[in-house]
Amino acid sequence: MSWDTVIGLEIHVQLATKTKIFSGASTAYGAEPNTQACAIDLAMPGTLPVLNKQAVNYAIMFGLAIDAEIGQVSAFERKNYFYPDLPKGYQTTQLEKPIVGRGNVEIQLADGSTKNVRIHHAHLEEDAGKSLHEGNFNSSFSGIDLNRAGTPLIEIVSEPDMTSAEEAIAFAKKIHSIVTSIGICDGEMSQGSMRFDVNVSVKPSGSETLGTRTETKNLNSFKFMEEAIKREVARQIDVIEDGGTIAQETRLYNGETKVARSMRSKEEANDYRYFPCPDLLPVVVSDEQVEELRRKLPELPDARQARFVKQYELSEYDAGILSSDAAMANYFEAVTSACNNAKLAANWTMGELSARLNNEDLSIANSPVSAEQLAGLIVRIADNSISGKMAKEVFEAIWAGEGSADQIIDARGLKQVSDSGALEQMVADVLAANQAMVDDYINTDEAKRKKKLGGFMGQIMKASKGQANPQQVNQILAKKLNELL
Amino acid sequence: MHNLTIAELVKGLQSKEFTSVELTQHFLDRIASLDPAYNAVITVTAERALQAAAAADQRLAAGNAPDLCGVPILHKDIFCTDGVRTSCGSKMLDNFIPPYNATVVENFEQAGAVVLGKTNMDEFAMGSSNETSFYGPVKNPWATDSVPGGSSGGSAAAVAARLAPGATATDTGGSIRQPAALCGVSGIKPTYGRVSRWGMIAFASSLDQGGPMARTAEDCALLLNCMASYDDKDSTCIDREVPDYTATLSSSVKGLRIGVPKEYFSEGLHPGTEEAVRAALADLEAQGAELVEISLPNSALSVPAYYVIAPAEASANLSRFDGSRYGYRCENPKDLEDMYCRSRAEGFGEEVQRRILIGTYCLSAGYYDAYYGKSQQVRQLIQQDFVSAFENVDLIMGPTCPSPAFKFGSKGDDPVAMYLEDIYTIATNLAGLPGMSVPCGMVEGKPVGLQIIGNYFDEARILNVAHQYQQASDWHTKAPEGIA
Repeated sequence: MSWDTVIGLEIHVQLATKTKIFSGASTAYGAEPNTQACAIDLAMPGTLPVLNKQAVNYAIMFGLAIDAEIGQVSAFERKNYFYPDLPKGYQTTQLEKPIVGRGNVEIQLADGSTKNVRIHHAHLEEDAGKSLHEGNFNSSFSGIDLNRAGTPLIEIVSEPDMTSAEEAIAFAKKIHSIVTSIGICDGEMSQGSMRFDVNVSVKPSGSETLGTRTETKNLNSFKFMEEAIKREVARQIDVIEDGGTIAQETRLYNGETKVARSMRSKEEANDYRYFPCPDLLPVVVSDEQVEELRRKLPELPDARQARFVKQYELSEYDAGILSSDAAMANYFEAVTSACNNAKLAANWTMGELSARLNNEDLSIANSPVSAEQLAGLIVRIADNSISGKMAKEVFEAIWAGEGSADQIIDARGLKQVSDSGALEQMVADVLAANQAMVDDYINTDEAKRKKKLGGFMGQIMKASKGQANPQQVNQILAKKLNELL
Repeated sequence: MHNLTIAELVKGLQSKEFTSVELTQHFLDRIASLDPAYNAVITVTAERALQAAAAADQRLAAGNAPDLCGVPILHKDIFCTDGVRTSCGSKMLDNFIPPYNATVVENFEQAGAVVLGKTNMDEFAMGSSNETSFYGPVKNPWATDSVPGGSSGGSAAAVAARLAPGATATDTGGSIRQPAALCGVSGIKPTYGRVSRWGMIAFASSLDQGGPMARTAEDCALLLNCMASYDDKDSTCIDREVPDYTATLSSSVKGLRIGVPKEYFSEGLHPGTEEAVRAALADLEAQGAELVEISLPNSALSVPAYYVIAPAEASANLSRFDGSRYGYRCENPKDLEDMYCRSRAEGFGEEVQRRILIGTYCLSAGYYDAYYGKSQQVRQLIQQDFVSAFENVDLIMGPTCPSPAFKFGSKGDDPVAMYLEDIYTIATNLAGLPGMSVPCGMVEGKPVGLQIIGNYFDEARILNVAHQYQQASDWHTKAPEGIA
């Protein structure tokens, strides 16, 4: 029997405001526990929330980016439950009247096709704090860090429009690309800036009736999300094919241990007793405010991709990769404008730099190689000062903090020898020193002679300590050997 | 000195007839000697008060000091006071010392007022008799076997016993006006949004409003001048200029149209109370006001709607008291749930627990529409009643509460009988309107209150009429036996 998979996503996006959604405490990541939690975040008696206007603007910008209806009047509600990382005993969120209504996001799939994913709505809410169950605590205690409590979020809720892990990942990446492009989120997944809840169900192929869904919560990487979906789809199919039924439940997936487990069943689900928050007025958004934000809305990923193809003559594929991440796109454009070589800038940004950043788990914003430094390297590649192989060595040295490309080339004496007189002498010397190889070359069939050139090249590059310009050497070598025939 | 009004104290201080230190010491002495009989003041901040008084005297000496500079007051223990325990009348916060001031507290501090201490109250402002306080009931200075009203019973009793010339209070369903009536003092609940709620511990956020109590309307005007302010820390506070409420006190009431709702003079109203209120209305008529019978047809729905909305909001507002960050924590919790359950079961009193349960129930899946949703609709109808009424009248007047102060324990077993204490006051909270109570008679040796309800932000007119009434009557000057 074959099965269809149905996937919907809820994505929590941390908004890049300087302060929290209802207090003036900083949202900066990585501070000592509980040093960025003020009286409001601690839910001290008598304290009151005041809405951060920037968070509202960011939510509206997201709505504009997905061509959604913007709620002219949206309202905050209280979602009631007890948990130590939720100081007020309720989360202030939106339910009945979210700020962003229905919208659409187009995703690109690996086969080059595109697909529309509908957004049901997106709402503003506050984040909870963090429970720390390990570390210095005695086993019977847990720690609470309220630095994150009150960080502004938008929760983006999709329709169940995705039919595979691949589509879900493409959608998640597209949302990442949009929110980073318009600057409302730093996109730092490892710091929890984006977190995914995945609703998955399966049904017999072609069936109109949806199966029972499960929700796997709090996935914080594309990789974990893909694994979690694939495992959950396989699990559900196994259960049903073994004659069982799927229980509606909330699940957790641990990306490190690769173990998924049930967190709570439908029966254990909380009654959150939502009701309008009486401490906050309804959020009224004027047409002027929306138009102002629309005018200022930064370039969206799709528009940027089209521009990269046109302006820099990149392939659709390269332009797509470079424009998917705002930081990467900005970096690429900075490199290009400094070296005036879009093709090399694209190759190096997507290739060597991205690979190196991935290995070190660094974001491009924290790249040890600045756009200016990479441009300096590209200039030297383009003018043949160094070979491609040398370039990698220089790149490593820049990464290690040894300075600019020119400083490193000078300091290490890596400048490519392109002086034809010097190269002719070098080739002549190598040929003279390797008479046996030359004889072998002459005695070889013409068709196979080309393969023998590599041996001479190796000798010459060795003699030049890698500094000989390989294209020139090739020409000189071919010319000199031909003369001997 | 304790028989002087705030207006008179201001004159005396500004003209150096006496110093704030003398005045402060005098009231501290009175609290020490008299309050054991009333239990109105649960925290006395003598040392701080005398320091503040000395500073006020310096400001007064330098000239140009604000009106209230050097005037001693008491704060209801619902207002957070930096460095001074703020209990809200609960065991839950018996150990809570806020590191911040409520905006109201800050406003008085800026003006140089001297805080003598904090007044007793029903636990988390939930009660109409002051019997729910963790610190024991407040006794009515007019009859110590009777309740002072609630929840601001401590503030009302303290002003009645002249332990302070004025006090702050809060009103969610009548908690300023009802105790003011029962203790024979004046108290005004301003329009919702007029006084900042920052630092005022929440009971029902959409209904809570701070206001002053004093012996006269003029004194209430002086206190409200300081208490009311726009505060960007409270999103529901309204950005609107605060008028000088004393400026219009002397205006004539001639031609003023006073609406008298027939629903406020029906079954359940004590005949003596009715007689006193009717007499007060006649006094105003004699001064040239016109009495107009009106109807507020949905009045009867206000108590049931209130006892859904207020507990619903309270059930969420009080969730923060979970034993983890501040306040009471049970001994030796065996796990998280045990800590939550026992801290709250041991830290909250019976009435607070009852309201949390009512509110939780009303918001639960399957009940929300029938209770909370319906109550919000009723709230709109009640508001509409007032909007319609104010198309034809300038003010609305009637009794503040159905009868004079009742005896301790007489309504203790019957929460609904207690809830009906607020039958005439609750509607103004649901509508967000300002309302005041001023003394207008005595029944069985206990005071009766006249309630004056105004249109939105019409506090100046309420105070004006109350002042004019007090110019022609002397109920507000009477003192309980042994006090004056």
